[in-house]
Amino acid sequence: MASDDRVLTCLDLCRRFGDLVAVDGVGFHIDRGEIYGLLGPNGAGKTTTISMIAGLLERDSGEIAVDGQAMTTHSVRAKAAIGYVPQDLAIYPDLSGRENLVFFARLYGMPSSRAKARSKEVLEAIGLADRAGDQTKNYSGGMKRRLNIGIALLHEPRLLILDEPTVGVDPQSRNAILENVRGLSATGVAVLYTTHYMEEAEHLCDRVGIIDHGNLIAEGTRRELVSLVGERDRVSLGASGDLEAAARSLSTVGGVREASATDDGISLVMDDARSHLPEILQQAATAGATIKTVEVTEPDLEAVFLHLTGRALRD
Amino acid sequence: MRTAWLICSKDLRARLRDRSALVVGIIVPLALAFIFNAVFSGAAGGNVVVSLGVVDRDGGPVARTLVHDVLGGIAKTGLIVVHREPDTARAHSLVADGSLAAALIIPAGFSAAVQDNRAVTLQVIGNADAPIRTEVARSIAEAYSSELNRVRLSVATVVGRPGLSGHPTPIQPLVTAATKTIAPVKIRDVSTATKELNNKSFYAAGMAVFFLFFTVGFGVTGLLEERANGTMARLVAAPITRSAILAGKMLTSLILGVFSMGVLVIATSILFGASWGNPLGVGVLVFAAVLAAMGIMAVIATAAKTAEQAGNWQSVAAVILGLLGGTFFPVSRAPGVLGTLTFLTPQAWFLRGLGDLRAGNLSVVWVPALAMLAFAVVAGGVAMIRLPRMTEL
Repeated sequence: MASDDRVLTCLDLCRRFGDLVAVDGVGFHIDRGEIYGLLGPNGAGKTTTISMIAGLLERDSGEIAVDGQAMTTHSVRAKAAIGYVPQDLAIYPDLSGRENLVFFARLYGMPSSRAKARSKEVLEAIGLADRAGDQTKNYSGGMKRRLNIGIALLHEPRLLILDEPTVGVDPQSRNAILENVRGLSATGVAVLYTTHYMEEAEHLCDRVGIIDHGNLIAEGTRRELVSLVGERDRVSLGASGDLEAAARSLSTVGGVREASATDDGISLVMDDARSHLPEILQQAATAGATIKTVEVTEPDLEAVFLHLTGRALRD
Repeated sequence: MRTAWLICSKDLRARLRDRSALVVGIIVPLALAFIFNAVFSGAAGGNVVVSLGVVDRDGGPVARTLVHDVLGGIAKTGLIVVHREPDTARAHSLVADGSLAAALIIPAGFSAAVQDNRAVTLQVIGNADAPIRTEVARSIAEAYSSELNRVRLSVATVVGRPGLSGHPTPIQPLVTAATKTIAPVKIRDVSTATKELNNKSFYAAGMAVFFLFFTVGFGVTGLLEERANGTMARLVAAPITRSAILAGKMLTSLILGVFSMGVLVIATSILFGASWGNPLGVGVLVFAAVLAAMGIMAVIATAAKTAEQAGNWQSVAAVILGLLGGTFFPVSRAPGVLGTLTFLTPQAWFLRGLGDLRAGNLSVVWVPALAMLAFAVVAGGVAMIRLPRMTEL
């Protein structure tokens, strides 16, 4: 990535609350169009980290730069590049959806006419145009969630920070939120996404940082993280025929580390099963096995977290 | 300033929409001022008119003087309406059913007793449901009694002089002369007559400044509400300074306070005929009172953890300061420590300022205004030190 694509840089962030070290030397970066997931259990330091990045919380030490603006010396300019979606709803119940949006748009420096126009665009984008004039206390939970995110998009931020936005959200709204995040990333917005849902981090994020007890213990793509801990894919083939011969034949296929016949099929341990799957099926058939079912089990971030910390993610 | 105004206008819109500021800042004080006026000065039905029954069981010259000259004279002022009743039982009955506010019973032998310098009693029958009207009747009787005693004392003094002993003196000319004599000592209370607000103005001002403390509380407690709503995080994350957030909240308090006081001054002047005094002087006092209220309510809010807790504490403080400050009754006239303690409240200085303004020129408002500004500076200064913590998450 070119340096002008770097949207967020965090170096050695530290924050204590009394004797508790909430964040201890966390550092990472996010580039334009990238979705970076901060994954960790509750209390790991995710919210403290993004609170420092968003300017909500003073840090004890460390550096933060957003869109080239240091938070220490140019906090107002740095904040102007950030769209922040708090974990809890943060909207005014006595104001309408439109009034909420216009207020925050003006707070981000837009003139009145631009604030109104942009609010209209966002209302349409989040599907609230027909309820724009209603007080938000009369909105459903899902509508409030959408507005909560919409407010952060008003000023077209370079960096969007979402703090566990899908907690307590129904599956339909959750999918919509994840789709929106992907869409924003595609337009070049850098996204910092915290979650303790492993599946979300796996499927949504380009890179994931795993945080525990205030430390960033690993980061990278899912595949990098998985390889980091030496975990491999497992493939179970439900098959009949000469299974021993088929297993011997499959052990020569690229990426296959182990191949053995079982009572009802063949079991493989291998690297990158998905890309080698067509070759495996063809080779098994050639070796005289009839394949009935295929099951691929890829090592997940849960396994990585377990490997790194000795604890399950949800402990 | 632009940001502060944005936050302020958002808050004002929300406050107007939930009507809380409108109710507390204007409607309730206006209603209470009306009720107090109605109770204590008959604002609802004009002046107090006392229906006074009189039973003259004497019929002598002194009784006739009381009924025709004294009561008749007062009746011409419109304060009382005199109803002659035939006997005590009927008067008692009419007072009991509320037809008469009170009845004055002149006993048989009243004139003779007065003329013979013997003790005699005028009886007042009052209605327990009309204590003020009963008090008016009692005061009339007492005043007449005092006047009689003054005349008797004058005559007795002349008759008893050493040089006249042994020389019979005709009493009647002396009585006539004493009656026409002007009382030698009269008290004219210049200070209270001119410097104290009349009932209509007092209750209008008292209720206005009492509820001012509740009204300005809305602005500062808005900081705690922002935290409860979660919107404080958005405000702090926005490209604005924390001082702009605080300024927005203080501006909300200032505008709510000045607006509610302004509306109450105008409304009570028009609706109740309250006399507030020189508009410029009133403006200075109102502005100083709003600043003092803001300072005190802000420092209380900084000690609270939630908006509800702040609201409760502010209410307690507003009630205590309001009572001590004489917004319901003039504590400054109370004897001893209480009369001094009242000036530890901005409310007392505000009411005193209005009283002084009524009696004097514009320059008299500076002392009470500066006293209120002292509250604003001290309490507001402490609040300013503590307020930034309220924007922390």
